[in-house]
Amino acid sequence: MIEEQNVVKVGMADLNVVKTSGIIRTTGLGSCVGLTLYDKNVQLAGMAHVMLPSSDIAREGQLNIAKYADTALPALLQKMQDMGAVRSRLIAKMAGGAQMFTFSSGGDHMRIGPRNVEACKLFLKEYNIPLIAEDTGANYGRTIEMNCVTGMLSIRSVQMGKKEI
Amino acid sequence: MDLFKNLEGFKMDVLKEVGNIGAGNAATALSQLLDKPIDMAVPKVQILPFEQIAEKVGGPEQIVLAIFFRVEGEAPGNLFFVLTPEAGKGLLRRLAGIEASEEEFFTEMEQSALAEIGNILAGSYLSSLADFTGLSMSPTVPGLAMDMAGAILNYGLLQFGQMGDDALLIDTTFLEGTEVVEGQFFLIPDPESFDKIFKSLGVPLQDD
Repeated sequence: MIEEQNVVKVGMADLNVVKTSGIIRTTGLGSCVGLTLYDKNVQLAGMAHVMLPSSDIAREGQLNIAKYADTALPALLQKMQDMGAVRSRLIAKMAGGAQMFTFSSGGDHMRIGPRNVEACKLFLKEYNIPLIAEDTGANYGRTIEMNCVTGMLSIRSVQMGKKEI
Repeated sequence: MDLFKNLEGFKMDVLKEVGNIGAGNAATALSQLLDKPIDMAVPKVQILPFEQIAEKVGGPEQIVLAIFFRVEGEAPGNLFFVLTPEAGKGLLRRLAGIEASEEEFFTEMEQSALAEIGNILAGSYLSSLADFTGLSMSPTVPGLAMDMAGAILNYGLLQFGQMGDDALLIDTTFLEGTEVVEGQFFLIPDPESFDKIFKSLGVPLQDD
């Protein structure tokens, strides 16, 4: 699954890793969360583009594990461990989880961004992976990319320009 | 995907007609507001993977202005009116007499005016659909955002997210003449709305 090129693209409800050299990127995060894990020793970066908080609500036949926070994290973790990452060395960063539109009324799914963020935090805690930086919430979209050499996560948005965490 | 397996050609044509009627009325409303002819491309009904939906407006990072409505009633769904920021400024100039600032962003006043224009168009889109199908459909208060297309449109896919990795959208483009795109309507009915729409229009359902 690893492409032999410098930029690995992670689609919506997708996950992937990049090792030794290169960048891993996902574009146009709105209420979705870009969850990244990084192991500096082996220069391995993994990223999941999480769309929904929990697979409990799934009504699809074949579960897309990268789509839900509760299934994406263990899958990403496994994939990275298979490639030499050690769980105790992993650190997490994440971005996204915005609330693109605000409504005075509106059901729970209107708050999907914050709920995605909460779910990711919960499962990181469960797996004992420290969340060392985040750029979440607010009301704007983000494109993120992680450099697997430095572990820096750079975040681009229309309103806020570029920043690194 | 199971959800779409019964959507053979005829049903897709019915959905195309749904888009035609809704957007046709909205185009008429826009044309009256602007006092100039607005053309409409033939609606497209497509089942697309989530990844490709933002490609319809120029890719996930393309900056677009979008007015979003949640459709409530018997056939719920999500409705977007998407336009380029330039087209948005053009609308403000011609409709509200607001000479939009040269700046990239819209002021609160301009946003409010745009949301209201969207409201009028969405209202005529949905009310004509409601008349056609006999189903109640009404838009929520509009939400407006100018941001990356991917971030905005994904918001309308959450109901499909629980079902699979594709969504069905009814896409109609407004044109001035044959070239200048004035805006695009996307109707993304919730998965459970399809049967209701078909039933109301007398399309036989096959439950096999």
